[in-house]
Parts: sequence; structure tokens; C-alpha cells
Amino acid sequence: MSFGSFALTAVLLIPVSAAVVLALIANYNISARINVLAAMATFLSAALLFVDRPPTTSYLIVDDMNTVFIVLNTFVGFTTSVFSASYIDHELESGKLTPTYLRFYHAMYQVLLFGMNLALVSNNIGLMWVAIELATLSTVLMVGIYRTPQALEAAWKYFILGSVGIALALYGTILIYLAAQGAIGEGLDAMAWSVLVKRAASFDPALLNLAFVFLLLGYGTKVGLAPLHAWLPDAHAEGPTPISAVLSGLLLNVALFALLRFKMVMAANAKALAPGPLMVTMGLVSLIFAAFMLYRRRDIKRMFAYSSIEHMGIITFAFGMGGPIANFAGLLHMTMHSLTKSGIFFAVGHVAQVKGTQQMAGIRGLTVTHPVLGWTLVIGVLAISGVPPFGIFMSEFLVVTSTFSRQPWLALPLIIGILLAFGALILRMQGLVFGEPTGSNAPDRASLVPLFAHFGLVLAAGIFIPPLFVAWFQTVAAMLG
Amino acid sequence: MPSLFFDFAHLLAGSLVLLSFMLLYQSRMIGVINIFTAHAVVLATSIAWQAYIQNAPHLYFTAAMALVFKAIVIPIALVRIVERLHIHRTIDTAVGIGATMLLGMLLVALSIVVMLPVTAASDPLAREDMAFALSVVLLGLLMMVSRRNAVSQVIGFMSLENGLILAATGAKGMPLVVEISVAFSVLIAFIVIGIVIFRIRERFDSVDVPDLDRARGDQP
Repeated sequence: MSFGSFALTAVLLIPVSAAVVLALIANYNISARINVLAAMATFLSAALLFVDRPPTTSYLIVDDMNTVFIVLNTFVGFTTSVFSASYIDHELESGKLTPTYLRFYHAMYQVLLFGMNLALVSNNIGLMWVAIELATLSTVLMVGIYRTPQALEAAWKYFILGSVGIALALYGTILIYLAAQGAIGEGLDAMAWSVLVKRAASFDPALLNLAFVFLLLGYGTKVGLAPLHAWLPDAHAEGPTPISAVLSGLLLNVALFALLRFKMVMAANAKALAPGPLMVTMGLVSLIFAAFMLYRRRDIKRMFAYSSIEHMGIITFAFGMGGPIANFAGLLHMTMHSLTKSGIFFAVGHVAQVKGTQQMAGIRGLTVTHPVLGWTLVIGVLAISGVPPFGIFMSEFLVVTSTFSRQPWLALPLIIGILLAFGALILRMQGLVFGEPTGSNAPDRASLVPLFAHFGLVLAAGIFIPPLFVAWFQTVAAMLG
Repeated sequence: MPSLFFDFAHLLAGSLVLLSFMLLYQSRMIGVINIFTAHAVVLATSIAWQAYIQNAPHLYFTAAMALVFKAIVIPIALVRIVERLHIHRTIDTAVGIGATMLLGMLLVALSIVVMLPVTAASDPLAREDMAFALSVVLLGLLMMVSRRNAVSQVIGFMSLENGLILAATGAKGMPLVVEISVAFSVLIAFIVIGIVIFRIRERFDSVDVPDLDRARGDQP
């Protein structure tokens, strides 16, 4: 067994075995630690994939593109587990969760990580669909874990809309198989992505077009693109905060990753419809819509959920534009958004715990009552709204300039959307962190380390990205075409 | 391939579409469940027929699974839920029945118009199966949006899933995925019935979705 195969096996096997172990352990203190350890081990094995990679089989593949996604995914999975460990104590004390539910929660967390990792490394498009469905189901269960009426409603809505999306995606997957079957013949090869990309030129373009429409609607629902986003704000607001962090930071990326895989198949067939304009349109609509919606929010987690829709819109727009610079910008923006947004959700989790509410009206003057937390939140909001010198400024700048050089008219709505969102976030932030303090003064006991780690990375990326990463991103951008 | 093969496959797929229509106009919960049972039986027969004509023995397994879970276990569980919760009464519809039927017809026409020209080059059996399957999928979606009860939405979703399985088995030689997707549809059904409805019942006295809507967090 080569070194790479070992790393790949570990990336998949560690979360599965951890899920089984965690389901058996009753003591939540121990299980929180095992959760962190397992997530860390998964991250370390994922990092090994940079060094060596296993040979491609008809089920699993590791290439330049998914290595970036896997490493990012496992890293945020790891930091979120650290945050979660310090977060859940408070949830137990306040009686929102019981130890039994925590046991379930930890096991599900690992199932979610497994589902996402499997989706990222699967070569078989059917297997990828199954993995994304698994990840979706585990988050549905976790969104409803508080069992308040709101949480149940959010879980139900997420379940229904998510299933419809996933059903459309399966229909699209079957159509892709039908298209491939004509050229490749029956069997596993006709579902292996690595083969599909190579042979796509000989597929029936009409079938491919139809398949892509279904896939775009199906996986687009999971990315949270408007007008298919309705589940997203509720699921983010009502679930436990660590889950909001992984939903925004990771699961949306995984769905987008699936879409990109199919976009590459489409691009390989000259006669098929160009997927770019569709993605550009959906991205712009999401961006503008979410930017306006940001102004009307009263719930802090809901607001940042809309900000996720906005950023997924920008990323989809960038990948839709295509070309080396826009793809590079899209990848960078995706990475920066994952890090920043999950960091912000960590901060919001602390804030909601010390203030005892998620309503923004009940949260004021954070910098006075909790200076460290308050100022960290300021940094996070500045970073997410695209203020220099943070990484998001860089990537947004790249998206805008590459759009200007190719389609100047498209840059206009893009800039308007970004500025509108910027205004909304800064406006809301002022109310949250400055002014006369309201609410409780309870000290913040949860750990701030994951927060600092994320914002530190985003700041560092805004100032200097190591040439190694730049080269890697450029290779992937070239692959995406 | 003998024409009997096509004819019977199309008969089964066509009955599935018809049963999907019948799901749309049922006014009582038990009626919906009965039609869904028939839906699952027809699906199982259709999968078994595909297994026979494609000479793909693994599909028999899928057929058996569809029969046992979707035609026996799930209907029994649903009837029990309906009895326990006392929701035999008339189903709340969001769209009137006449309008729903008209929309349904439009959807079937749409799927035929979309699918037939596109699949002109592929295997004729798969071709018409895909059009029927898309109709079942779209009718399932229609049922989910036109009904307000959680239980009938779940049934709408399961009929949609049946359409997907019809498509997957109609695509000749599609590897492995049939088993996996059936396993997943079972998982979904279990999760829905076991957890969501159970929990909803614990917290509310009703399984109507508008009651949930009232509990929204972000009302200005």
C-alpha cells in the first residue's frame, strides 16, 4: 500500500470509526476530546495528500483540485471541533442540550465530516451523490437538535428543500450516465468522472445540456443560490453554532465542488451549452438579493447566513466567468470565505452565549462589556465585508478586475452588490459592538484560539500568500478552464 | 428485443404516472397511503421486469427491497401514525384539486416534450422510460408543494424517489448506484417517519406545516 493510499484511507476511515466510537461513549467530556482528536488526525492525513497521492480508481480519485478542498475542509472541521468542545459546556448548563443529545451530536459531527470527505474524493458521480446526501441528512438531524418549534421548522424546511435539490441532482446524474453510456458503453467507466472528462467530447450534447440544468438546480439548492436558498437562513439560525460554522464554511463548498466537476465535463464538449453564463446569472442574482436582504435582519446568525449566500454568489460568479484569473480568484475567495465565515460564527456563538440571545436588539456595546470578543467580531466583520488588508479584499478585487477586463457591464452589478452588502454589514456591526451596553455581562469562558487562528490566516493571506500555494491554485484554476 | 418487452415496461411506467396523478386528488390520508402502496408495488414490478429484460439479476434485489420497504413497512408505519395522531380528516391543499390536475397534465406534457427529442439517439427503452420517470418526479414535486400536511409531503417525496429509481433502472447497465440509492431512500423514509414526525408530534398537536410556519424566528 503506497503512502498516498494510506493517507486517503485514513481520511475516510478515521471519521467513520470515530462516529462509531462516539456513539458508544456516554461521557460528553471524553467524547468532545475524541471528536477533536479524530478531526485533527483527519486533517493531518489530509495534509499528507499534498505529498503523495494514491492511484485513481473507478470509485476514488485524488487530484490537484480536490486536494485543496479536502485540506480546507478537514482544517475547518478540526478548528470547529475545538470550538464546539468549549461551546457545548454552556449549552449543557443552560439546559438546551442533554448528555444523550450530545452523544448523538458528536457522532453525527463525524458522520458529516465523513460524508463531505467522501464526496470530495469520489470519482464515481453516483458515489458523490450518495455522499452529499449523507452529509445533508446528518446536518438535518443536527439543525433540529434543540427541538424548539423554530429548530424543528428549520430542520423540516431544510429536509424538504434539500431532498428536492438532491433528487433533481440524482436525475441529472442519471442523465449524465445515459449520455456517457452512448459513447463509453455500460459499466463503471460511464460514471467515473476522470473518464467522463476525457471522453466528454463524444457525448450527446443535448443530453448533457439537460443533465446540467438538473445538476445546477439540484446542487445549486445545496450551494444556497437564489432563488433556491430558502432553507439556508433558517438552518443556520436555529441549529447549534458549530453546525452553522461547518454548514457555511464547508457544506456549501462541497456542493459547489460537485457543480464544478460537472462544469468541467460540460466544458470538455464543444457542442454542449456553455455552463458559464448560467452560473454567472445565478451568482449575480444571489449576490444582489442577499445584499438587499442583509438590511432587514434582526437575528445575528440569520444575517451572517445571508452573507454566506452573498459570498457563494460571488464565488459562483467567478467560476462562471472562468479563465485563469477569475478561477484563481474564485478559489481564493472560497478559501477565505470558509475561514472567515466559520470564524465569525465562532464569535457569534460566544456572543449569543454571553448575552443569552441571538436578536441583534439585545446585543449592544460588546466592545465595552467584552473587549476581546467585541474587537474580534469587528475584525471578522471587516474581513468578511472585504476591507483591506484581509484576504477577502484581495479575492474580491481579483474577481472585479478580471470581470472589468472581459465583460465591463457585468462588473457594474457585481460592484453594486458588494458595496450594498458592505454597507449593511458595517451598519449592523456598529449597533452590535459600539454604544451603550445592553444585556448580560456574563464572562466569556469559551476558547478564543480557533477564532484567532482563522482570522490570523485570513489576515496573513491578505498580505502574503506563499508562492507554493499560488502555484497550486494556478494549476487548479487552469484545470477548471 | 421483442416488442412485448417494451410494451410491458411502458405499461408499468405509464401506470406509475397514472398513480402519481391519483395521489394528487386524494382527499383522505388513508386514500393517499393506499395509492402510495400501489405506486410502490407497480415500481417493484417494473424493476423486476427491467431485471428480466436487461438480464441484470442484481435488480431483482432492488425490486424486492422496494416491495418490502415501500409497499409494506412504510405504509403500515404511516397508517399507524395517522391513527395515532387522528389525522384521517380531509387533507389541506394549498392549490385547488382542479388546478393541481391541470398543472400535473402540463408537467407531464413538459417532460415528454423535453425528454423525447433529447434522448433520440439513446436506447428506445431507456428513452421513453426517462420521459415517464421525469413525469413521476415532477408530479411528486407538485404534490409536495400543493399539500400542507407533513405526512402527505413525505409521501410526495417518496413518490418522487420512486420516479428516480424508475429512471435509474431504465438506464441500462447503470452500475451499483441502484442498490445505494434504494438504501438511501429507505434511510430517508426512516428518518422522516421516525424522527421528524415523531418530534413534531411531541411539540405540536398537529402535523400541518402552517403550524410550523407560525414559529418562525425572523419576523419583523
